[in-house]
Amino acid sequence: MKNSNYIIELSNLSKSFGDKKVLDDVSLYIKKGEFVTILGPSGCGKTTLLRILAGFSKADEGEIHIAGESITDVPPHERPVNTVFQRYALFPHLNVFDNIAFGLKLKKVKQDEIDLRVRKALKMVGMTDYEWRDVNSLSGGQQQRVAIARAIVNRPQVLLLDEPLAALDLKMRKDMQMELKDMHKTLGITFVYVTHDQEEALTLSDTIVVMSEGRVQQIGTPTDIYNEPSNSFVADFIGESNILNGTMIRDKVVKFMNREFDCVDVGFGEQIPVDVVIRPEDVYIMAKSDSGMFDGVVQSCIFKGVHYEMTVLTPDGYEIMIQDYNAFEVGQEVSMIVKPSDIHVMQKERICNTFEGVMSDATHIKMLGSEFLCNEQKDIVGGEKVIVEVNFDKIDLLDNKEDGQTVGDVRFILYKGDHYHLTVRTEEGDNLYVDTHDVWDDRDIVGIRIMPEDMRITRV
Amino acid sequence: MKRFFAQAYLWLLLAMLYAPILIIAIFSFTEAKVLGNWTGFSTKLYTSLFSGGVHHSLLSAIENTFIIAIIAATLSTILGSVAAIGIYNLRAHKKMVMNTLNNIPMLNPDIITGISLFLLFVSLGITQGYTTVILAHVTFCTPYVVLCVITRLQQMNPNIYEAALDLGATPYQALRKVIIPEIKPGMISGFILAFTLSIDDFAVTIFTIGTGGLETLSTYIYADARKGGLTPELRPLSTIIFVTVLVLLIIINVRSARAKKRKEATL
Amino acid sequence: MKWLSRLFMKRHNWSIPYFIFLLIFVVLPLVLIFIYAFQDAEGNFTLRNFTKFITHAEAANTFVYSIGVAIITTILCILLGYPAAYILSNNELCRSKVMVVLFILPMWINILVRTLATVALFDFMRLPLGEGALIFGMVYNFLPFMIYPIYNTMQKMDHSYIEAAQDLGASPMKVFTKVMLPLSMPGVMSGIMMVFMPTISTFAIAELLTMNNIKLFGTTIQENINNGMWNYGAALSLIMLVIIFATDLFSDSDEERASNEGGII
Repeated sequence: MKNSNYIIELSNLSKSFGDKKVLDDVSLYIKKGEFVTILGPSGCGKTTLLRILAGFSKADEGEIHIAGESITDVPPHERPVNTVFQRYALFPHLNVFDNIAFGLKLKKVKQDEIDLRVRKALKMVGMTDYEWRDVNSLSGGQQQRVAIARAIVNRPQVLLLDEPLAALDLKMRKDMQMELKDMHKTLGITFVYVTHDQEEALTLSDTIVVMSEGRVQQIGTPTDIYNEPSNSFVADFIGESNILNGTMIRDKVVKFMNREFDCVDVGFGEQIPVDVVIRPEDVYIMAKSDSGMFDGVVQSCIFKGVHYEMTVLTPDGYEIMIQDYNAFEVGQEVSMIVKPSDIHVMQKERICNTFEGVMSDATHIKMLGSEFLCNEQKDIVGGEKVIVEVNFDKIDLLDNKEDGQTVGDVRFILYKGDHYHLTVRTEEGDNLYVDTHDVWDDRDIVGIRIMPEDMRITRV
Repeated sequence: MKRFFAQAYLWLLLAMLYAPILIIAIFSFTEAKVLGNWTGFSTKLYTSLFSGGVHHSLLSAIENTFIIAIIAATLSTILGSVAAIGIYNLRAHKKMVMNTLNNIPMLNPDIITGISLFLLFVSLGITQGYTTVILAHVTFCTPYVVLCVITRLQQMNPNIYEAALDLGATPYQALRKVIIPEIKPGMISGFILAFTLSIDDFAVTIFTIGTGGLETLSTYIYADARKGGLTPELRPLSTIIFVTVLVLLIIINVRSARAKKRKEATL
Repeated sequence: MKWLSRLFMKRHNWSIPYFIFLLIFVVLPLVLIFIYAFQDAEGNFTLRNFTKFITHAEAANTFVYSIGVAIITTILCILLGYPAAYILSNNELCRSKVMVVLFILPMWINILVRTLATVALFDFMRLPLGEGALIFGMVYNFLPFMIYPIYNTMQKMDHSYIEAAQDLGASPMKVFTKVMLPLSMPGVMSGIMMVFMPTISTFAIAELLTMNNIKLFGTTIQENINNGMWNYGAALSLIMLVIIFATDLFSDSDEERASNEGGII
């Protein structure tokens, strides 16, 4: 890989904290001078990835190369990268100048050169004349600028930024985004930027890496990621989407909302369950007419500044979100059209839950950190390992956690037009996927119940 | 009206709390042998306290008290600061063990600490004296230093150590240039606290001081009070101790108030 | 030497010296109390030290008497201290923070000096020393230790609880009994610990306050140790430790108290 034009090569990184896998076989190649954003919800492993890159954490497995050299075992102070921390991490006992000069002094740079470089860095971040100020007296935005100056003054090959704008207010954040982008252009070095803010990622980056659950979900340009999300997670996380269950009838024909639509996707096979994603702005809405592909009644209409956001209920009970410049009154009957190229078909990651368990006796099974009753198993004896399959809609979530056989909390909610698709994580860290019509909130603690007749048990 | 009664109640309690000390302080400025007789203003008790005379060993007791306090507070501050950094970086389970152990000396009544250390020294056959008193004082002072320093560490932005490494500092440089300046206020508070506790201690000292004739202020007061009730010279002595403690406490208070103000200013 | 420097490269290993120190000077001594308590002077295992305590009227009486004094002192401290803490934490009744410091200050004065001052006060007022002086001296010595934790708890209490109670129609009396009192209980519990424990374990104080007429349990322990009866002294110490441990379990507020002590002015 030495001859490549990649400045950062992360290969097959894995990292666990206790039983919890925070990074699962992550590989990432970053070109010199690129502005790369690692995007994902909190707990997706993006900060861990950045810390491994900076050297504050060690990966359990995998290799890191910077500029062709392996730095997997190089301590942080010898790595050619500098970090801008989320909460600035300015040294409170030093003034602005000494904070910025910290790295240069350690490298024994001559005093007059230090002066020159610190001034230049301050000018770059628009903080000229602040040298002698106490860092504690600066506003959040000013502290962030000093933190950036402190990092870039060392002329690192790579600048790592860990949600640097998260603590700023909206207006400040927008201004800083622009400045960061300019700075990236002027400096010409590689930026690796971590954020959970999809808008920020779309605005700033050359390349976006979407992460979830310790895995890379998609890598691409902002346009690619927005227009061609590779799965329902990415579609839901980036921008707003209608995500529906569908079936690929054959090449270029997909069925959803009980109706067949033409699309442009091929190669899925026939009669395959898929997810269908339609962006709200890609649905054309008009007063009811025969030329529409499907009809509905407007449920709500909210003015969003530039456009109106409406929800429309179809006769089959699907709710579709639509963005349009024209408003339609609540209660009005409307018709909709979607172009084949705006229907994004995605492979489903799974079609049912699969758990590993151990039979305790013929009618009991140990799994998900608890014991479940199951139908009598004639040919499987106690102690044997089994695989249990349960359909998404056969798991009951209960308000009262004592009523369930085990307990979990709601981690991820996907609205699928006529029902919710939830990810529920048990205390042991197992994920359950549940289809339900009930409304749950993120982080709700729920009891989990699975009826014996809904389990399909097979021997490993 | 409600406020008036409330204030009256507080002042009544304060009068009760301070009356004894005030009486001692007032009557330290008269010569009368019996407390309560005012024979005119005089500083004779103060001069006789320091001129030796009757109380030949008092000066050496004061000297011992301060030497022990300085050594014990210094050792506690070093041991406690190093320990605090260690404990701060421990994983949850071990951290809990260390915190529990650290709490024991603070929760133990003085008499238990004193007797247990006494048994330790006699079991190991160590002659009791200066060293044992200092070791005993380090034992009950260090937990407070650990608390002071750990509080500072917890208030510290956890990223600044990493920021120093990131900017090219070795772990040792990061410690010297970033961590130590950050925890210094905690170390100073811990030192003052340890110093005050050491000067103040009576119960632990009396069990670990041995029979070699070594005396600190509190054992001196104790021996004296047991002999003859209240010798007049104890009045100026008590007053001096009271004023010293008062000054030390004001210093700690002003320091923490200033730190608080600075913290608020940053927010 | 190299392994040593490598050991201390890891920051969490810095707790090792203190860990060893704690083992030698805190854990081992407590184990020694236990060992001595179950040995006779020759070092053989015996329960005699405990049977002696039960059968020996004087020690047992002193023990019961000490607990009585401690309970009375604690109750008096609650009765006097709770209203004071309430007033101090109430912004309408007490605006100045100096008052709080005035109440905490006496905590930091040598207990002997404070006791001698009480003796001086009684002398000055021509009152006889004895049981009355003992109780007064104890309350005087330990009252700040009751006020401070209660004040601390009330101070941290979210004022909106009280406003919520008022909003829901509670009278001032009900606000106090249904909201203030239950919420301030953790403070009272730490106060009880901080008064009860030192009161049963003090020595020297009682002698000075009663002209050697009344002896408390702490004094009995100290006398036995001083007179070379280490094993019996250790057994009595162990009994005291058990009492303290029981009180500790009863109040069950370790963390609360630790944070209080750590935060003392």
